[in-house]
Amino acid sequence: MWSFSDISNSIHEWLSGNFNPTWTLIIEMVLAGVAVIGLFAVLGLVLVIMERKVSAWMQIRLGPNRVGPKGIFQSLADTVKLIVKEGMTPAGADKFLFNLAPFIAMIVTMLLLAPIAFAGNFQLWDINIGVLYVSAISSLSVISVLMAGWASNNKYSLLGAMRSGAQIVSYELSAGLSVLAIVVLAGSLQVSDIVGSQADGWWIFKGHLPVWIAFVTFIIAVTAETNRAPFDMAEAESELTAGFHTEYSGMKFALFFLAEYVNVFIVCAIGATLFLGGPIPLHIGSWEGFNHAMDYIPSSVWFFGKTFFLIFLIMWFRWTFPRLRIDQLLNLEWKYLLPISMINLLLVTAMAILKWHL
Amino acid sequence: MYRETEIVKDFTATGEGGDMIINVGPQHPATHGVLHLVITLNGETIKKVEPHLGYIHRSIEKMCESLSYRQFIYVTSRMDYLSAHINNHACALCVEKGLQVEIPERAKVIRVLMDELTRIASHELWWGAMAMDLGAFTPFFHAFRERETINDIMEETCGARLTMNYMVPGGVMQDIHPNFQKRVKDFLQLYKRKIHEYDELVTGNVIFQNRMKGVGILSAEDAISYGCTGPVARGSAVSCDVRKVYPYEIYDKLEFDEILETGCDSFARYLIRIREMNQSIRIIEQLIDNIPTGDFQAKTKAVLKLPKGEFYTRVETARGELGVYIVSEGGTTPYRIKFRSPGFSNLSVLDKIARGGKIGDLIAMMGTLDLVIPDIDR
Amino acid sequence: MTIEELKIKLTELQPSVTYEEGGEFININVGAADLLSFMQQLRKDSSLFFDYLFCLTCLDWKTHLTMVYHLTSTQYRHNMVVKVKLDRGNPEIETVSHIWRTAEFHEREVYEMFGVNFLNHPDLRLLILPDGWEGKNPLRKDFEDPVNMIKL
Repeated sequence: MWSFSDISNSIHEWLSGNFNPTWTLIIEMVLAGVAVIGLFAVLGLVLVIMERKVSAWMQIRLGPNRVGPKGIFQSLADTVKLIVKEGMTPAGADKFLFNLAPFIAMIVTMLLLAPIAFAGNFQLWDINIGVLYVSAISSLSVISVLMAGWASNNKYSLLGAMRSGAQIVSYELSAGLSVLAIVVLAGSLQVSDIVGSQADGWWIFKGHLPVWIAFVTFIIAVTAETNRAPFDMAEAESELTAGFHTEYSGMKFALFFLAEYVNVFIVCAIGATLFLGGPIPLHIGSWEGFNHAMDYIPSSVWFFGKTFFLIFLIMWFRWTFPRLRIDQLLNLEWKYLLPISMINLLLVTAMAILKWHL
Repeated sequence: MYRETEIVKDFTATGEGGDMIINVGPQHPATHGVLHLVITLNGETIKKVEPHLGYIHRSIEKMCESLSYRQFIYVTSRMDYLSAHINNHACALCVEKGLQVEIPERAKVIRVLMDELTRIASHELWWGAMAMDLGAFTPFFHAFRERETINDIMEETCGARLTMNYMVPGGVMQDIHPNFQKRVKDFLQLYKRKIHEYDELVTGNVIFQNRMKGVGILSAEDAISYGCTGPVARGSAVSCDVRKVYPYEIYDKLEFDEILETGCDSFARYLIRIREMNQSIRIIEQLIDNIPTGDFQAKTKAVLKLPKGEFYTRVETARGELGVYIVSEGGTTPYRIKFRSPGFSNLSVLDKIARGGKIGDLIAMMGTLDLVIPDIDR
Repeated sequence: MTIEELKIKLTELQPSVTYEEGGEFININVGAADLLSFMQQLRKDSSLFFDYLFCLTCLDWKTHLTMVYHLTSTQYRHNMVVKVKLDRGNPEIETVSHIWRTAEFHEREVYEMFGVNFLNHPDLRLLILPDGWEGKNPLRKDFEDPVNMIKL
């Protein structure tokens, strides 16, 4: 059957047959780099148009409908506009840091794409500490926000950056703890192992209550971590105009913007992988025919379907809820989510030891 | 000669003890216009709010001194553009008081109907904008769905959607459109079908309630002392609805309640407006089938001359009590006009209620004060 | 309280006041020196209790200025107007902003529009006019602005 892993394998075989191993590795790395940049751009465009369509649907309006059929090329046109726009640097800004910040945001996001299993056996880098790698790298994104806020020499940006710093650092904890719940159950940090552990059922189904709690905590925490409404304190349009990227324009702004969307994709991909089985198809008990039919759907479709479902969920939050206040935001994390995740982790550990989930 | 206000121009300026000073506005998404607030912050906590006005000051009072009693009413549509009808109404009433003209019943009913439709439209826009201040974008579009219907009704009868200039001394400018009653009834149907969405989307939301409750406490004494009127004062249980206290037109014959809340906080002010819309609907329902026949305008002279004296009228706009004070020397133009705008007094309380809150609270409070900047600056 | 009763009561408070006929409210003329004590009595007296200053403005009569205070009581619902004549060359009057806080903003407006100097005002600065405003007070009758004012 046609799949991403077959394609990658055949490319690998063809390269190995024609070049020596060093060149094979170099060419494969270049190909992977191009693929990541391409994916970054395509995901950004797709998610922007998706967000605009979803918001339009919720707001009883049409959304973009002029460029291309149903407006699907709108974000492409916007990108062209942003590229040709002059990227201004304010006079009082720290020029080096100001220009560096959007690239850090982008690089962090690209690094995060590495351990994600886009389809069965199709990963850029199946590192044995995959989940740890993701939480480690994603916490770097706060640096770009702080850098942008500080270097802009604007008080709104500074306030936004400070909020964002407090927020990302706090919500990292419960995101990490809820991820840890799955790590405990699967017994491995490697993404392919975690995917493999769900072959007989997704964790959300066989993990009982503790995994559901972990899943809900995870969704809340990653929404906050990616600075999405209702936790968009760092941007807080009505309070801080645009928060940390107030002073950014043109492509530098677009990089922040794209990084935000790709970040959303990544956290949803992680969520789909950990809780919803990633590329594993849906199987229901002893329904042989149904299970067989599900197996025919390519694993990449499963993966992207689950991921986009979670993305839709996060967009739904954004267009429904008002924003929290900064102290309420921190209260929610430190007084509710963190204790809940800690107790939940204990529960999960007990469950793993007693083998309730099998 | 003047003691000047000090506007922060240096973006790295700090106040005493390293407090952060921020300019909110004149261009800022939350000020809904060109309001300029200089806020002093300690971290995220507000220590002081200082409004700077005048960015949209057109000196309407001075302008009116050179306009005739028929002309000046049109300028007042541009004050509180969301209650343009009610502004016009106040001016028309004041001129009629001077002329001692009794206007026909039909005109009175049409005026009240238009006022109440305007009030609903204004509160709907406020509701959407207020939710947007709190970071929820969707309610804005839901509010506009109903508001557009009202604007269409206005357009059909008055020929304009925002600055209607429909009220003239002696009555209304022209008769209502033949479709008017039908379309208003359609609107009532639509409104009743959709109003529950407002509560589901915003009022009942936990995040929303947490952000509004216990925030921006305004005691009843302060509300009176600061001259707050309208929903702002009624949120602190101060009975001040001009329609009830000093009834004008036919409000004393209508059945409606003055909404009072005792919460004194942002949420109380929010609830007042939501419930006021229902009262306006009640008034419209009583009148829409009972518009008396007859003239829509009393006969007045082509050139109006008010007798020497002073005339004061007040009406209840969507934002509170609008007072029109005309001093006449007996000529064709007013000697002096003073508009006591509700927004001006309501704004003055902002510093009082915002201190000690967070930036997010300030934005929410500004939303509940329902500031319309041209109304404040005049 | 009816208008007649109010008049009797007010004359008791301040015998020097004079009444002005016309208008729907009682119009009272007070001397600038007596204003503060008179206003305080109006606010404090339990049978008057004028707790709400709903309009504060100034009139330019070319020969003199008149401060106009519209007062009402939220308890008894009676209204009155207090007027104070001011010298046009050097208008000075005590502030009432500590009696009714709303006067703070209204007095700032009158200060810049008519040039009335309010003594003991907590924060008497420009409110509406821009920084560096030179020249006369816009709402006075002799104000001329050849650029922006159009004569009709």
